[in-house]
Amino acid sequence: MSNDPIHQFHIVNLFPVEIGGVDFSFTNSSLFMVATVAVTTVFLMMATSGRGLVPGRWQSVAEMCYEFVANMLRSSTGTDGMRFFPFVFSIFMFVLIGNLFGMFPYFFTITSHIIVTFALAMIVIMTVVIYGVMRNGLRFLNVFVPADVPPLLLILVTPIEIISFLSRPVSLSVRLFANMLAGHITLKVFAGFVVSLGSLGPLGVAGAVLPLAMAIALTALELLVAFLQAYVFAVLTCMYLNEALHPSH
Amino acid sequence: MADKKRPKDGAQPENAGKTPDAHPDDGLTERLARLDRSLSERSEREEAEKRRASRSDGSSGYAQAMKLSSEFIAGIAVGAVMGWLFDQWLDTKPWGLIVFLLLGFAAGVLNVLRSAGLIADPAEKTEHDDR
Repeated sequence: MSNDPIHQFHIVNLFPVEIGGVDFSFTNSSLFMVATVAVTTVFLMMATSGRGLVPGRWQSVAEMCYEFVANMLRSSTGTDGMRFFPFVFSIFMFVLIGNLFGMFPYFFTITSHIIVTFALAMIVIMTVVIYGVMRNGLRFLNVFVPADVPPLLLILVTPIEIISFLSRPVSLSVRLFANMLAGHITLKVFAGFVVSLGSLGPLGVAGAVLPLAMAIALTALELLVAFLQAYVFAVLTCMYLNEALHPSH
Repeated sequence: MADKKRPKDGAQPENAGKTPDAHPDDGLTERLARLDRSLSERSEREEAEKRRASRSDGSSGYAQAMKLSSEFIAGIAVGAVMGWLFDQWLDTKPWGLIVFLLLGFAAGVLNVLRSAGLIADPAEKTEHDDR
């Protein structure tokens, strides 16, 4: 079927690689991840190579990206959170460019696969846990024990807090993945309506205007969602880092 | 200090208007007050920005629905998986799943309330005691 809405998410093996019985094949997903990193790197290097005191067009875009992430990080973690700036900036740019890449026709959307977003979320949570324990020692575990709760209730509240903490990487990854998946499927379904209505003759072509308008509107919405989800991912990363830097109690 | 500075000011009269050297203590308190004011202004602004940032990802109903449902489902899913693993290890067949699934529901509700801003995050609560 030509307009199968799920077809865009198929993984295709480009170069089969196998090391020690484990499949390390280079797939279309890997290709687009490499492309995302390459485009981000080249863009930032080209944009900042001029080092003008008065920034040009490209340099001002790069500076806006920097300012945006730096303000976000500074406002939620304070100045000592700036040591995580490279980390948060990399994650933000990777998700943003990956999402925007998905908006090109025939391109693969890396963030529409839950394993990719889950890996990103796990990197964030492991950083929080490892850094939190390194910096605060066992005091970090106080995150699970809320203050001013009667000791009897702690038996119940502590497991709930632990589950709530463990559910963070899940909700972080599910949100990004579900947004991208749902958006791209909707877009594809409406675009498919245009094609199948258009093949029905003059009346169909007239009717196809409606789904076409919808597809255009959805494209705009998807561009917004692509940016918004990258922003949400980065904001939540900052909030979790804040907890590692300044644990309560 | 003041002795040393005053002849300098005399030597460069165009500078005298700018430096509040005539009453060093007054200048210091005034400057401290100004610094205090601008600091509190800044922290207020940052506070407002932070509050806005924590709400602004729910600008559209769709985003809000996506956020809250993913929080709720994540809590339940993690509770179920934990209960299942608990059962696998300790061979307590149905009980681990039952107990942890219920705890997972509670955690899901907690996640939803937290991300909707109805109850404070533990980290936020201690930093700003007034809330």
